[in-house]
Amino acid sequence: MTNRYFYEGTTGPWELVIGLEVHAQVISQSKLFSGAATDFGAEPNTQVSFVDAAMPGMLPVINKICVEEAVRTGFGINAEINLTSVFDRKNYFYADLPSGYQISQNDRPIVGKGHLDIELEDGTTRRIGITRLHLEQDAGKSIHDQHPEKSYIDLNRCGVALMEIVSEPDIRSSEEAAAYVRKLRSIVRCLGTCDGNMDQGSMRVDVNVSVRKPGSPLGTRAEIKNVNSIKFLAQAIDYEAERQVAILEEGGEILQETRLFDSAKGTTRPMRSKEHAHDYRYFPDPDLPPLVLDAAWVEEIRKTMPELPDAKKARLMKDYELPAYDASIIVAETETAVYFEAAVKTLKSKDPKAVKLLANWLIGDLFGALNREDKTLETCPISEIHLAGLVDQIVEGVISGKIAKDVFVRMWETGKDAASLIEEHGLKQLSDEGAILSIVDKILDENPKMVEDYKSGKDKLFGFFVGQVMKVTEGKASPEVVNKLLKEKLG
Amino acid sequence: MTNLAVKPSLKNDLIHLTLAEARRGLEEKKFSAVELTKAYLDSMGEHRHLNAYILETLEQALEQAKECDMRLAKGEGRSLEGIPLAMKDLFCTKGIQTTAASHILEGFIPPYESTVSDNLKKAGTVTLGKTNMDEFAMGSANITSYFGNVINPWKRADGKDLTPGGSSGGTAAAVAGGLAVAGTATDTGGSIRQPAAFTGLVGLKPTYGRCSRWGMVAFASSLDQAGTITRDVRDSALMLKVMAGYDPKDATSAHVEVPDFAKALELGVKGLKVGIPKEYHLEGMPEDILNLWEQGKKWLVEAGAELVDISLPHTKYSLPTYYVLAPAEASANLARYDGVRYGLRVPGKTLDELYENTRSEGFGEEVQRRILIGTYVLSAGYYDAYYLKAQKVRRLIAQDFELAYQKVDVILTPTTPSAAFALDEKPTDPVVMYLNDVLTVPANLAGLPAISVPAGFSKDNLPLGLQLIGPAFDENVLFRTARVLEDAAQFKSFLRGHAS
Repeated sequence: MTNRYFYEGTTGPWELVIGLEVHAQVISQSKLFSGAATDFGAEPNTQVSFVDAAMPGMLPVINKICVEEAVRTGFGINAEINLTSVFDRKNYFYADLPSGYQISQNDRPIVGKGHLDIELEDGTTRRIGITRLHLEQDAGKSIHDQHPEKSYIDLNRCGVALMEIVSEPDIRSSEEAAAYVRKLRSIVRCLGTCDGNMDQGSMRVDVNVSVRKPGSPLGTRAEIKNVNSIKFLAQAIDYEAERQVAILEEGGEILQETRLFDSAKGTTRPMRSKEHAHDYRYFPDPDLPPLVLDAAWVEEIRKTMPELPDAKKARLMKDYELPAYDASIIVAETETAVYFEAAVKTLKSKDPKAVKLLANWLIGDLFGALNREDKTLETCPISEIHLAGLVDQIVEGVISGKIAKDVFVRMWETGKDAASLIEEHGLKQLSDEGAILSIVDKILDENPKMVEDYKSGKDKLFGFFVGQVMKVTEGKASPEVVNKLLKEKLG
Repeated sequence: MTNLAVKPSLKNDLIHLTLAEARRGLEEKKFSAVELTKAYLDSMGEHRHLNAYILETLEQALEQAKECDMRLAKGEGRSLEGIPLAMKDLFCTKGIQTTAASHILEGFIPPYESTVSDNLKKAGTVTLGKTNMDEFAMGSANITSYFGNVINPWKRADGKDLTPGGSSGGTAAAVAGGLAVAGTATDTGGSIRQPAAFTGLVGLKPTYGRCSRWGMVAFASSLDQAGTITRDVRDSALMLKVMAGYDPKDATSAHVEVPDFAKALELGVKGLKVGIPKEYHLEGMPEDILNLWEQGKKWLVEAGAELVDISLPHTKYSLPTYYVLAPAEASANLARYDGVRYGLRVPGKTLDELYENTRSEGFGEEVQRRILIGTYVLSAGYYDAYYLKAQKVRRLIAQDFELAYQKVDVILTPTTPSAAFALDEKPTDPVVMYLNDVLTVPANLAGLPAISVPAGFSKDNLPLGLQLIGPAFDENVLFRTARVLEDAAQFKSFLRGHAS
């Protein structure tokens, strides 16, 4: 529905302008300003300290781990680290916000400008600017559907550390938005700073969407919340773009408002309007002195940064001559990259062809099987050593690619390695020309009519003869040898 | 209180001892901690009309006193073992109601102990009860308490009930009236020094960050500081030693060494340069206050100090700055009292109604006024003109002091512009009431330590205090200078005669 950059309306093309605010929950044993635990799915109100519940006289104390994770993530998005940042109080009343203010960073975030490069399906790359990353507390959860009149409050999440990562309005399509979130997710996962699970809410995306005639000033934007998967993100943007263009083309006006995405309908709708527009009355939190980072400590974090997906991709392309597409897929998830690199290590031949074959098996057959059986690489029955072993067998000509598919299924089912399964089931490829020749002769003898047809021009019948040989040898005959002999015989 | 009967003659002796004297008496077994505590509990029972305590913790106090006696018997008495204290009801005390003198916290029993009260407990003190105060420490006459006003033990010739000052009026009245040996207090704009001055006591506000704020109900976080109200300067030094210290639970508490303050007491002031800021000479300042200030200068010169005229040019902006910043912080600090989790809840049909009903009924007029002021000065469109401007002025006020301390060691001023006023003379205009803080507020804005020492009397024969302001984390200069004033004024001897 949307092409690369423009949305075609009845009055001509419209440009989509999208900015994303990603809330990424920091992986940490304890909350941003209290010692309470942060486990997902715990019994309501069991992970709440006196600070989280805003008891009188309680004070916040910054959790150093969360600061470190924010700095690491800052480096991950190629951003400048601000050695001095300030925590502010964002004031508003709500039942799941015990203190009546959220501690956030308004004017002076811990991380400043950065960027991400995203790869699109057509093979192009675009750079998306990042405005800032700041640390803030999450609020608790209000539960409205358990009682006809009452609401229940769960404060487990209250005070959990979030990194809010704000993009520039540089994104121009739902595809780019999805690629941006995927890229960001792969980075935080690679760094181990956020688990990136959108379905559990540990990564949440608010989307600002507006449309304009190309070259015009920015249009009025709507903010869409409640988007909890990348698929929904794209749906929400496409729906919203269509909605806004329709309104504008009918001469209407876009309201600056917050809208909720309804995943069942694939539409957005305005949030129940709160009568009072919020004035958050930000001011520096007097309980927390400015956060001053030691430059040497920050440098230490930079030095210990793991290899990031972009660098890893470049290295895989260079070292193994992998195509960009394969490399992107392999580096998208840290687990995949780790699996792949471990497999390469045990591969007997590091020839680019062998490595590419390994990549094919990983991205194709293995991912297919994992998806089918709802498994992950962690629970995968085929280890990286075994997958490399299978590729070895193919490269060395012990089995054909076709037999390999069979061996792969047996490996999946038994957890055994390729070599022993080939041995056990006698799947070794038949390459002895003499043995194959006698089979070829027999088949040609048995099918004189076919031979005659072939010789009179029905080239397609060549495949029939190959098939017959394979059938007799149960697929074990070396396809190369069979082809060679048949060509000789049939002239 | 017949069950608590202590021989009247002994009781009269006991309830007028200083902390140091009481501690020596306990150590020398002249009386027991239980006897000492009973004397105070008895006295508390006799002086309920002062309304100094919101809650008397009789049973716990006797329990603690018994334990103290066991330790003392074994010769294991800690530094303040057996000393009965008044605890301002702003400090959260585990298992004991803590209200900040507000209806909104009535019945609230904290499941934790504030760092300051815990430090005191661990030094062996006995808590007699939770003292009355202005609601959330907002006030200068102790008349905003939900639990009623406090009456000053001191009387004027006309016999009218006087204010003990505020916000720590309950502790001041208790210590002056023989209802506690000493007490904890807090000071955001003068809430320790002004009541101490009004009741003839020593009131110390330490450097911001010297004592942990953890577990102390917050009024204005960047200004609040715990301190002491005591019968003499030595007691203040002894108490502060125990209360102070770095607390990892308070990010604003200072990571600095806590000296043995008592050692500074007898150093004298010879060679010290004492700054006299001209801006503290207010227009229309009463003669008795000016005379007291002159007397103070004379005493210090006689003891070998040198007077230096100084200027703190931004002083006149202190009060307006304070009344922007303190309410701003308070408006956020008090947002947690919403009727959802603890304290008062007045139901409503919607969440907003619950908030409105609870907070309208739970907060008194002065607290509501300051929440409104604070909300206003932080609002979009007003933030720059009020809050941000006030922050800049605050910086300038602090700079005034920094420059002054390049030339002087300590600054001498009066503590208050007047003596205690009668409760029926209280100003009806809140701004006039705010003027009570005019001499004390600058030290809070600059985060500096300051002490009020009783030094003389008003024309109505009521106590007056002199204030000393020191450089950050130099409480020692306050103690040694205050000791000289105390010695010269011979004020101690009056306490026993006047406390009713």
